[in-house]
Amino acid sequence: MNSVENVNDFITELTTVVGDRPEQLLQYLYRIQYQYSYIPPHAVQLLASRLGLPEREIQGVIEFYSFLHDTARGDFDILFSDSITDQMLGSRTLASGLCERLGVRFGEPRADGRVSVDLTSCTGMCDQGPAMLVNGWTVTCVDEARIEAIAGLIETAVPVEQWPKEFFQVEDNIRRRDLLLNSPRSNGSALQALLNQGSEQILDELDKSWLRGRGGAGFKTAAKWRFCREAEAQQRYVVCNADEGEPGTFKDRILLNSYADEVFEGMTLCAGVIGASQGYLYLRGEYRYLLEPLQTTLERRRQAGLLGQNILDIDGFDFDIDIHMGAGAYICGEESSLIESLEGKRGIPRKRPPFPVTSGFRRQPTVVNNVETFMAAAGIAAHGADWFTAAGTGQSTGTKLLSVSGDCARPGIYEYPFGVSIRQILEDCGGGDAQAVQVAGAAGLTVPQRDFERSISFDDVATGGSFIVFNQQRELLDMVQNFTRFFAHESCGFCTPCRVGGTLLKNLVDKVHAGRGTEADLQQMREIGALMRDTSHCGLGSTAPNPVLDTLEKFPDIYHSRLRDSRYEPAFDLDAALQEARQISGRDADAAPFEAEQ
Amino acid sequence: MSDHKTFTLDEEPIEFQDGDTIMDAALRAGAYIPHLCHNPEFEPHGSCRVCVVGVNGRRVSACTQPAAQGLEVENNSETIKQERRALLQMLFVEGNHVCPGCEKSGACQLQAVAYYTGMLDPHFTHFFPRRSVDASHAEFAIDFNRCILCELCVRASRDVDGKNVFSVSGRGIDSHLVINSPSGKLGDSDFSATDKAAQVCPVGAILHKHTGYDQPIGERLYDRQPISVVGDVAEYEGKDHD
Repeated sequence: MNSVENVNDFITELTTVVGDRPEQLLQYLYRIQYQYSYIPPHAVQLLASRLGLPEREIQGVIEFYSFLHDTARGDFDILFSDSITDQMLGSRTLASGLCERLGVRFGEPRADGRVSVDLTSCTGMCDQGPAMLVNGWTVTCVDEARIEAIAGLIETAVPVEQWPKEFFQVEDNIRRRDLLLNSPRSNGSALQALLNQGSEQILDELDKSWLRGRGGAGFKTAAKWRFCREAEAQQRYVVCNADEGEPGTFKDRILLNSYADEVFEGMTLCAGVIGASQGYLYLRGEYRYLLEPLQTTLERRRQAGLLGQNILDIDGFDFDIDIHMGAGAYICGEESSLIESLEGKRGIPRKRPPFPVTSGFRRQPTVVNNVETFMAAAGIAAHGADWFTAAGTGQSTGTKLLSVSGDCARPGIYEYPFGVSIRQILEDCGGGDAQAVQVAGAAGLTVPQRDFERSISFDDVATGGSFIVFNQQRELLDMVQNFTRFFAHESCGFCTPCRVGGTLLKNLVDKVHAGRGTEADLQQMREIGALMRDTSHCGLGSTAPNPVLDTLEKFPDIYHSRLRDSRYEPAFDLDAALQEARQISGRDADAAPFEAEQ
Repeated sequence: MSDHKTFTLDEEPIEFQDGDTIMDAALRAGAYIPHLCHNPEFEPHGSCRVCVVGVNGRRVSACTQPAAQGLEVENNSETIKQERRALLQMLFVEGNHVCPGCEKSGACQLQAVAYYTGMLDPHFTHFFPRRSVDASHAEFAIDFNRCILCELCVRASRDVDGKNVFSVSGRGIDSHLVINSPSGKLGDSDFSATDKAAQVCPVGAILHKHTGYDQPIGERLYDRQPISVVGDVAEYEGKDHD
């Protein structure tokens, strides 16, 4: 790691790259973190004076994002992806194995500062897990052999850039192609269509295509673009939401890796239609490895006259795209949090109304769409609405990219027309032994075997793309526990029901999972869950209890089989409470004067 | 009459003006919707969720929801009261609120709203967080055990005092109020007794020193009348009372 003495120069250099504005704060912090393994106090002071922000406010931003730290991490900072799919592939055992080899404890840097090991939310590598991040770089397919090699590399202080290239290999794993992935590459064809037909005609095509947002909410894209176009404003902005954080979702990763041109073309098309001159791609920090390739694509498009000044030689058609990095906050996938984060702040969801289409980035009208939505929009402009509506069902037109993972022979990306049955997907991916499928990620639904005839569409089982298969041997309560922990960790903390309820719910699930729960606890889980669903400030809070509420209804046995046969069991676990004292006194559980009830 | 725009709050008509939220109109009409993070002098926040009301079968926060002609707003139904009780119970177990030992008892909005909604016990498991008390300032003390993250002091200091003394740090259940000073202590900030931020705390987190128990418990604002009648403590204390 670099010596912190040169932090002054580093920050000065940064200002020339990203500009000296408070809204660049997160981008500064992100880069400082990876340069120094933390944000040194001196850097906070410098930024405070340069950007005119109180130091504690900068501290507040650091504490909000999981990847930013105010104390030094190890020179090698390892984060194991803790998605349920990683867990199913043995990540927890591998992680503790690595800790043992290195003599390091979870969450704490080793005394010599060489290494730190911790867990992180799903890194989007569910089809090639278990995965980890090393100083922000993705390592896939972690196994015993790789752990042994990595431990060796760390002990001999081999810089990450010199680690074997195959560790960092990320495959697309496209298993089924349909409309989008089969369509001819569109180097400018969507923009050419805009030039030939004009904005109104393009909006009409989008309208006829019935394209709806692919992030999961399903708002009609044509309507969103039209609202933004018609809003009174000085400036308008186009934002691509590439904060693909829903556990089990990784389809945007493939699009950004192999179809970035189509995505950028969709953004540029949107800019032409609504009249925007600046766009942003908000890229989740976990996809750090995609940053340079994406910047290369942007540069190539500028050279080709598809981005920048006078696009396609049209006077005044100016539009450019910047990439902003996220730093480990699932909530920033919510569009108004994403905008706050884009402005360099803590990602707290805004009050709605006003909606981003009238008051978004810098309080100006802003279109925020998912990666897949922009790609589909570009396709519709280039090939027409009929091309799109040829696939799909009812008001769910076109296709959907599904990220398939879990217990199946062929995990990866499957593009299906809307209306495909869950049974069909399971057949194709080799998930014949499924007891249940988790559709739409942690915030989604658990579909039991009896419902496998149900289909993927906005009217039946809606999804942003996550599809996790659980075989007959799996304990579904492990999944519920993983998801409730995830939501408690990712709650922004703004509103009472999600901030407090999320942690209460997590503690209750842990209690039941540990075999100490009672019927009264299940009742309290239902109450808390309903309150979070109904009264939370944003979509994270209102969907966070889904895994609990949904499985309590569909799979009551996974809870009841673990309940204590008593009406009441205290939340206080005496044995656990004594742990700290035992550690301090150096006495083990057997020697302590309390014996756990068997 | 037909010129006036109205919605109904538990079937009572409430007049409103353009730009009003449900809360704005209700306060003007003297109708009580329980709330903690709302204070009409500041931008609505919508974080405590205690002002949750039912509109078209959905739950919204009255302090942020724009009023609209003909809305039927459900406020005092048993279901909503139950939800508010649960939200208050969550606030109680999240911090360390010991009413019998609190100087603010009797003039505390959290306590008063809890009484009003009929909350009788904390119901949920206490977190018992380890939080500190900051007594570094000559005239004021901050007891973080009682902070409910309403951010009224944050808003008052930023928007009225222009000082930015307070902000929120951390995330999720680790969210906490911090003080913008080199040491992080209040005494080291430019906070002063005349600040608006010194007068807005709805609970006993920001306390005036040297005035403890000037007014005996039993004779305080909410000891005499319920909060639904006398309203917010900040507003009450801001007025002259003989």
